[in-house]
Amino acid sequence: MKFGVVVFPGSNCDHDTYHVISKVIGQPVDFIWHRQDNLSDYDAIILPGGFAYGDYLRTGAIARFSPVMGAVKQFASRGGIVLGICNGFQILCEAGLLPGALLRNDKLKFVCKHVNIRVETTDTPFTLRCQRGQTLSVPIAHGDGNYFCDEQTLDELRRENRIIFRYSDARGLITPEANPNGSLDSIAGICNRERNVLGLMPHPERASEEILSSADGRIIFYSLADTLAELAKAS
Amino acid sequence: MKARVYVTLKPSVLDPQGKAIHHAVEGIGYHGITDVRQGKYFEVAVDGSLSPDEARAEVERIARDVLSNPVIEDYRVELDSSTEA
Repeated sequence: MKFGVVVFPGSNCDHDTYHVISKVIGQPVDFIWHRQDNLSDYDAIILPGGFAYGDYLRTGAIARFSPVMGAVKQFASRGGIVLGICNGFQILCEAGLLPGALLRNDKLKFVCKHVNIRVETTDTPFTLRCQRGQTLSVPIAHGDGNYFCDEQTLDELRRENRIIFRYSDARGLITPEANPNGSLDSIAGICNRERNVLGLMPHPERASEEILSSADGRIIFYSLADTLAELAKAS
Repeated sequence: MKARVYVTLKPSVLDPQGKAIHHAVEGIGYHGITDVRQGKYFEVAVDGSLSPDEARAEVERIARDVLSNPVIEDYRVELDSSTEA
């Protein structure tokens, strides 16, 4: 079982993510430079947060043309597990691995605070350790996290149970006040049709140890480790 | 040759920046402004090895694949063949 954390010029959560994988959940992990175009050594790839290529043009717009993204597409099409956090989510949308786009926050401000997200389904490799309806306290830190897609896509996401996390209050109620950025349907994270690619705006890696005031986020990484262990057993 | 590319948000996409500008414009006292939508403008220089038709096709591709995101944006290309690159 091996994790890879992609490093783009401008990534800034790569070390946090690496730390959580190696020290908190105790799994092998490598940094993967964005020029690398072979991911055959890896079982799960994480696109970390940050500002890849300075967010020039649009968030994720330049990063999607990196050599590593061609490899990530191949990796995902073969069923490989891909997790995009914050800027990583934006890159996955730009690359067409997830539908929709992340627009400027509705209040035009960069929002950096702890929020609650509600787990909408445990039927993904990323949430299998969670309970449906469970709330996780995790931080967000973004200026462009306002999830948007057309109505047809939203219908699909709902019908196929692909909305994985929604912004909620601490009791798990979805309210306009609990939506920090204007996201459509309070969407905080979605997955692809095959359920092996997930993107979310909040930072679970920044809430994976008690000393950081919340360790709720680590359940996502533990779920991933469980999934990879099962896959290893099966093969 | 120079090409101009205009990238604009689709009408169905909310534009909070345009809205903020609109409010500011109204606040300053300008009258009769009903809406402001913010977009992006690119000037792309093309060398003489391409014919105007080829240049337009090339810039159209760049506009579609790189400069705009089809989920949220439309684009329009204008070619100005009278300018030197």
